[in-house]
Amino acid sequence: MPETLAPARPELRAVAQAAPASPLRRRRSAAPRLLLFAAVGAYLALVLIAPLAALAQRLGELGIGTALAALLHPEPLAALARSGVLVLLALVINGVLGVLGAIVLVRHRFRGRELLDSLVDVPLSVSPVMVGLAYLLVFGRGGWLTPVLEPLGLRVAFAFPGLLLATLFVTLPFVVREVGYVLEELGTDEEQAARTLGASRARTFWLITLPNVAGGLGYGLTLTAARALGEFGAVLVVGGAIMGSTDTATTFIYAAIEERQNAVAYGMAALLAATSMLLLVGLERLNPHRRESGGN
Amino acid sequence: MGIRVEHLTKRFGAFTALDDVGFEVNAGELVALLGPSGGGKSTILRIIAGLDQPDSGAVYLDGERVDSVPANQREVGFVFQHYALFRHMTVAQNVEFGLHVQKVPKAERRERVAELLQLVGLAGLEQRRPAQLSGGQRQRVALARALAPRPRLLLLDEPFAAVDAKVREELRDWVRRLHEQVHLTSVFVTHDQEEAFALADRVVIVREGCVEQVGTPLEIMDRPCSEFVARFIGEANVYAASVAAGAARVGSVSIALSGAPAAGPARVVVRSYDLKLWADADGPVRISRMVPLGDRVRVEGLIDGEHPVVAYFPRRSSLLHGLEPGCRAAIEVTLARAYPCSNGTGATHVERS
Repeated sequence: MPETLAPARPELRAVAQAAPASPLRRRRSAAPRLLLFAAVGAYLALVLIAPLAALAQRLGELGIGTALAALLHPEPLAALARSGVLVLLALVINGVLGVLGAIVLVRHRFRGRELLDSLVDVPLSVSPVMVGLAYLLVFGRGGWLTPVLEPLGLRVAFAFPGLLLATLFVTLPFVVREVGYVLEELGTDEEQAARTLGASRARTFWLITLPNVAGGLGYGLTLTAARALGEFGAVLVVGGAIMGSTDTATTFIYAAIEERQNAVAYGMAALLAATSMLLLVGLERLNPHRRESGGN
Repeated sequence: MGIRVEHLTKRFGAFTALDDVGFEVNAGELVALLGPSGGGKSTILRIIAGLDQPDSGAVYLDGERVDSVPANQREVGFVFQHYALFRHMTVAQNVEFGLHVQKVPKAERRERVAELLQLVGLAGLEQRRPAQLSGGQRQRVALARALAPRPRLLLLDEPFAAVDAKVREELRDWVRRLHEQVHLTSVFVTHDQEEAFALADRVVIVREGCVEQVGTPLEIMDRPCSEFVARFIGEANVYAASVAAGAARVGSVSIALSGAPAAGPARVVVRSYDLKLWADADGPVRISRMVPLGDRVRVEGLIDGEHPVVAYFPRRSSLLHGLEPGCRAAIEVTLARAYPCSNGTGATHVERS
């Protein structure tokens, strides 16, 4: 490398040749590097690897079979199913509204667009617990919407609709953002070409826009699934984690540990961890920044 | 299929992109919109295609006003500057797209796609993706795609700007031949005057959102209607001078003007190929530089030590005999035009196209 740079910049050659020639300098540069590696390694071991290893070890002690078998009871299965339904609904709703939202934000210019654009990021910065609390003020007993909800017999807080609202809130940005990035990069040329070739707006969307944003959509949906599955604070506050009614996989683990039902807690945790790993693999494959950018 | 645009005006915020633009394109004609970048040429094209809406004015296709006809119903083929190929589709799918959305039966579609890929010389590349093609190939796919649904007219936005020089010339010849075969009414946008003159039956000069002149390449070359056009087309010497009795003086040189120029302050435009210089020890011009350019030589000099002059001569021209930097030369202007000056002043200078 230094050789290829050298002809254009002679001063680089001087430095490049001097460095390996001096053993003192080499030793001096190796020490900080080792230190850096050690620091990074220790940090990762502490915050990332140790907890996962501990989880695995505890699972081993309990026996994976025992832990998973503990899941095969009505309560944990119900919590899991509830989480599954929440993830599915979050995927469908975010899939549709997220793409529409991205198109509105990227393709249209209107008053208040910038405000709307920054509002999309609010769920990323706001604590989910606070959001749960705010939802209670709107949907809870004596909340703003009580006059509407009560006569209709609808329960939102401490019921499934509350869980769904909380999940939708925390997953709002992912599809909008990921699809938005792709739309921006794409530009409008292809869509306009489709129009001049006789395609209606609807056909242009289905045949051109949607296939082109599919990668971003997949990535956004994967992030959505991971977030929906892992959410704890918001669903705990809005739902109350009532056993058999509003507990999800995560709040179930919390309750199980409180009650010292270790087998089922670790079984559930292992299941969530495995699912996260799968999503991680999916993310890596779908990541638009890693894919070769094709096209023109 | 004739085109007529009338009084087109288009503003983007405070910027006026088009200001009362009007011109006509006859059926079967190949017309160039020529002008400096940012002058509104592409906007005109996009309005004809229905991709942009004018603030006022009208577009007629075959005498029928189409302002309210959406882009997908105008039957206009459009070739985009950066091709705009559908990147998730193969070459064949790209070309087929227009036929597909217009519900042409499958067998007929296949046939038409094969026919067009043959026409543009891309048979055999049906299954390639746009990313696997060279710039010239992409451009030809874009053309085939635009032609496939048999559009009533073809619009090309800087069609050759994004390919390199050699491919550009090939494509240009090829488009000209294609036009001679198909006789599809076509309008293309370019900022390259050579390209406009090489291809177009007629040229529309667009400047800062206005139509400056419309005419055949020869008309525009020989009778530029304004100083701008005169200077834009080829390299020209421009002098601030006073016109009297059909002539102007630049230093000690008297220049006969064509047409019947009004007396008074004017800018005199002399094309770099409309003058002669030859070695003459008593001549008013001192030669400062001679640049060999293959088949031509560019000669630069100063009239009376202050007015620059540029001329081109064929490499073997007898005029070059004895001419060399530092020597003096006589000058004869064979064709010059004067354009009245509003402000009356202005330094003499040489303008490149």
